[in-house]
Amino acid sequence: MTEPEPTRPPGSDHWLVRPSTIRLLWRGGSLLLAGLVALDLVVKHTPHFGIDGTFGFGAWFGFAACVAMVLFAKLVGAILKRPDTYYDH
Amino acid sequence: MTTSIIVPPALVMIAAGLLLPFVRGAARPAALLLPPLVTLWLIWILPEGAQLQLPFLGYELTVAKVDKLSRLFALVFAIMSFAGALFALHQSRTLELSAAFVYAGSAIGAVMAGDLITLFVFWELMAVGSTIVVFCGGKGAQHAAFRYAVLHLLGGVLLMAGIAGEIQAAGSVAFGKMDTSTPARWLILAGFLINAGAPPLSAWLPDAYPQSSWSGMVFLSAFTTKTAVYVLIRGFPGTEVLIWVGLFMVFYGIVYAILENDMRRILAYSIVNQVGFMVVGVGIGTEMALNGASAHAFTHIIYKALLLASAGSVLLMTGKSKCTDLGGLFRTMPLTCICGIVGALAISSFPLTSGFISKSMIAEGAAGQHLMWVWLALAAASAGVFLHAGIKFPWFVFFQKDSGLRPAEPPGNMQAAMLLLAALCIGLGILPGPLYALLPYDVAYVPYTVPHVLFQLQLLLFSGLAFFLLLPLLKRTLTITLDVDWFWRRAGRELLRGLDDASGRAWDAFTRALHGAVRALTQGLYATLGPAGALGRPWPTGRMAFWTMLMLGAYLIAAYL
Repeated sequence: MTEPEPTRPPGSDHWLVRPSTIRLLWRGGSLLLAGLVALDLVVKHTPHFGIDGTFGFGAWFGFAACVAMVLFAKLVGAILKRPDTYYDH
Repeated sequence: MTTSIIVPPALVMIAAGLLLPFVRGAARPAALLLPPLVTLWLIWILPEGAQLQLPFLGYELTVAKVDKLSRLFALVFAIMSFAGALFALHQSRTLELSAAFVYAGSAIGAVMAGDLITLFVFWELMAVGSTIVVFCGGKGAQHAAFRYAVLHLLGGVLLMAGIAGEIQAAGSVAFGKMDTSTPARWLILAGFLINAGAPPLSAWLPDAYPQSSWSGMVFLSAFTTKTAVYVLIRGFPGTEVLIWVGLFMVFYGIVYAILENDMRRILAYSIVNQVGFMVVGVGIGTEMALNGASAHAFTHIIYKALLLASAGSVLLMTGKSKCTDLGGLFRTMPLTCICGIVGALAISSFPLTSGFISKSMIAEGAAGQHLMWVWLALAAASAGVFLHAGIKFPWFVFFQKDSGLRPAEPPGNMQAAMLLLAALCIGLGILPGPLYALLPYDVAYVPYTVPHVLFQLQLLLFSGLAFFLLLPLLKRTLTITLDVDWFWRRAGRELLRGLDDASGRAWDAFTRALHGAVRALTQGLYATLGPAGALGRPWPTGRMAFWTMLMLGAYLIAAYL
């Protein structure tokens, strides 16, 4: 069982976990991701197969592959997950 | 003229391991740190082609031999031994350290072995050393060590059978490139693949390694699987089935690591995943792919040791290993956190880290052979590595939530070991030249091109986006995921219990039936011959006389007739 999170006055926690910092990280991250895709407009790739030459290939393929792997893992988990005390008995 | 090796580097570590229990006090740090350095120096100074031959049972054994491939693996094993010894300096279980040194020395012996018999001897010595390292892990480790030993004995039996068949067929003990044309060679390949953590027996690795101590797993992660990669590179380059075996390992590792809650089991699954990349490279078999597999083994040993040193530090300082218990440790363990992040970036092949300059060579090998599906699978798997290890490990251990834990940084020697490994991860990433110069084939590969770096950043950062968007699906639970080891940990036991119950019931039924039959027989006999039975009870004299007369009468009639 997880322990309840200790309560603290707002703003007293580490600056890295403050909501304002997290908002900033999301905004900065989104800009970075958009910039990386936009760079495909100027950077010339030399595709090996064709599909890897499509616009923003690394971005859409990486994202889609991860979503597919997480969903597949959830499916496997639905069948094979057991309490972690399973082998203790 | 061939240079003769006077002191095989492997023996330094093995001897140091055997002598370690007798060293006490102030000499102990030197006894731990000097042997790996001496070994490293010995390997470094040996020229290519140097060898040591000894006669044995009519065979000329090449106990140690140096070429580019064996030197590369022996060097990284020696570096790893030093970093591991530095990290484990305060480990109080001398038996674990002693076994770890014998294990490391045997791994160096195996990669420098010039023939199949020497290889087998060091191979088995590795199994003994590593089993003891697992065994020293404390509560729960003994059972895991037993299962680990059984699986490795099975691998050893397959390998021995294959080697015997190969020597009989070839008439030589030489170990070089083989095809898979004979059953003996398939047996050798199977023996190698068991140690690599390949299917169907991958489960031994995530079962055993995480049971070892905070320092034990740092050693365990380096040697067994990478020695297997080495023998595959030397023995079976270009064997196509290895591409598919490797791809299975890559995705098996990702899926199981995504579902896992224990940080060191996440990293154990990720060892299988990373070795899978190397096995794919061996299967492709071109110079580029084999260089990639070799380079990736080198960099993997270092960044995986870094990740496990970071996880081992957390385990030592908090006593906890489950993601559900951890979180928010960046506040009081910033150095451990940063080193863990460097390892996580390196395993994810982030530009400017060691993984970037090695793993991409394997993908380039696939592209060079026009293996589109293999290349796409490797690209997807690269994204998956960032998902399951690159973000998941640091996020759930050091960030995620405030667990309320406020552990201090680990002792200085452990911090120094992590800094050394982190420096190597970044140094190799920035300056790949020295590593490329050590690879078995000449390298005509430039990892840092703008399109390649952009592609990799897109792949990894959008994988990161997927992680945070799917975070509700990745919430950790107090669960494990059943693996093939279920067959010998649960099904086998249940089968035996079932057979025991069934045989018990059958025996009970048999004895009951026998008892009933004997009782029925005795009751029947008693009824006939007993005091009240027809034959047993006393008969009146008159009836006796009547029957005697009747018999005599019958006899008289018969005589006349």
